[in-house]
Amino acid sequence: MRRILRLFLVVAIVGLGVTYLVVRPRTLPADTLSRLTGDAGRGELVFWAGGCASCHADAKATGDDKLVLKGGQSFPSPFGTFIAPNISNDPIAGIGAWNELDLANAMIRGVSPEGQHYYPVFPYASYAKADLQDVVDLRAFLATLPADPTPSGAHEVGFPFNIRLSLGGWKLLFLKDGWVVDGDLTEEEQRGRYLAEALGHCGECHTPRNALGGMESARWLAGGPVPAGRGNFPNITPAKLDWSKADIVEYLTSGFTPDFDSVGGHMALVVENTARLPEADRAAIAAYLKRVPASE
Amino acid sequence: MKKILAGLALATIAITGVASAQDSPFALQIGARKGVMDYRQLQLITLGQMAKGEVEYNAEAAQKAADNVVASAMLDQSMLWPQGSDSDSNIESRAMASIWAEGSDIGAKGKAFAEAAMAMQAAAGVDLASLQAAMGPLGETCVACHKDYRAPAN
Repeated sequence: MRRILRLFLVVAIVGLGVTYLVVRPRTLPADTLSRLTGDAGRGELVFWAGGCASCHADAKATGDDKLVLKGGQSFPSPFGTFIAPNISNDPIAGIGAWNELDLANAMIRGVSPEGQHYYPVFPYASYAKADLQDVVDLRAFLATLPADPTPSGAHEVGFPFNIRLSLGGWKLLFLKDGWVVDGDLTEEEQRGRYLAEALGHCGECHTPRNALGGMESARWLAGGPVPAGRGNFPNITPAKLDWSKADIVEYLTSGFTPDFDSVGGHMALVVENTARLPEADRAAIAAYLKRVPASE
Repeated sequence: MKKILAGLALATIAITGVASAQDSPFALQIGARKGVMDYRQLQLITLGQMAKGEVEYNAEAAQKAADNVVASAMLDQSMLWPQGSDSDSNIESRAMASIWAEGSDIGAKGKAFAEAAMAMQAAAGVDLASLQAAMGPLGETCVACHKDYRAPAN
């Protein structure tokens, strides 16, 4: 009996150890960015393409207030309510003390400087595909933004989702390498894919999610219900979005639909970002959307 | 048989009764609000298609559409927005409850729309360039309200 118990204990400990090895937060090698130098000017474009301010600035912020990334917006979900943290330049309340590698680990690996998994409400499932040069440029731009001392609010997440180590399993299941839309794409379509699938993280809202909150890449951009809210994220695959390329560019510029309704809700914040991109980038996103497989 | 028929009739009345109880008590107000929005959209289609060059510029038609936008902005809508007629309580409404909550700036946003409409009224009949210049600021006032106060479509 004691031998069986001992064997059980050994198996349990080894099992836990292996599980930990599998789900532990993984950071990038320390020399990942050693050859790269950040450029704040280029980083500003990454900032708007990435939509940082849409979640981390006050929801009602306009003009220069969009650069005060004090956090505070809340995001209800089936797993709890997440509160956007302060990512302003404050060294204590924000991320002013982060170096480039800290930001790269956050965006590419979803891991904090303290070595904890982030919740995927922070769209690292998309940012993981970002170019490291863009991350380094973004770090340089963020360093030019104001500091704000507002402390970050705590997420309101219950058991078992409050065990962050379990997110290691989530990452194994749902963090995917490679592009969703593959094949022979033109240079413009590839740029659009980079903007839409990586920085712009369109799929985070427009792709339906499974019961565990992973994006269903087989139904990429096919829309779905708003989590813990009313209404739907629209299907923006060619099955439903029959706008011309020029129509899409106009929408991402002025917010007008082809029949002169206007953008609203969180998408209005997205258009505030896309409106700041070069027209060629908006056209690239439109070209990419035309190449997404139609999905009902 | 008579009993069954009577029962069926009663059941029908009961079901119909339930159905009408589920209709919003604000169906008329919500319908009227949407009507005002549709009316504005029709005018913006006229103006916007000219601005985009999809339809040839016509000073008279542009002026008429701009006048109509202003007229719609001047409507007394005070009876259209009763407390409780929000999207939380009415499936057919997309007007968020925050419109009625403390800190709401819906009045200021409405005023900004009216001002942009009047700017369009002054510009639309002058020439195409003036119409185009007024289109952006007018659209921004649509977005400003829809961004903060319109719930997602079903």
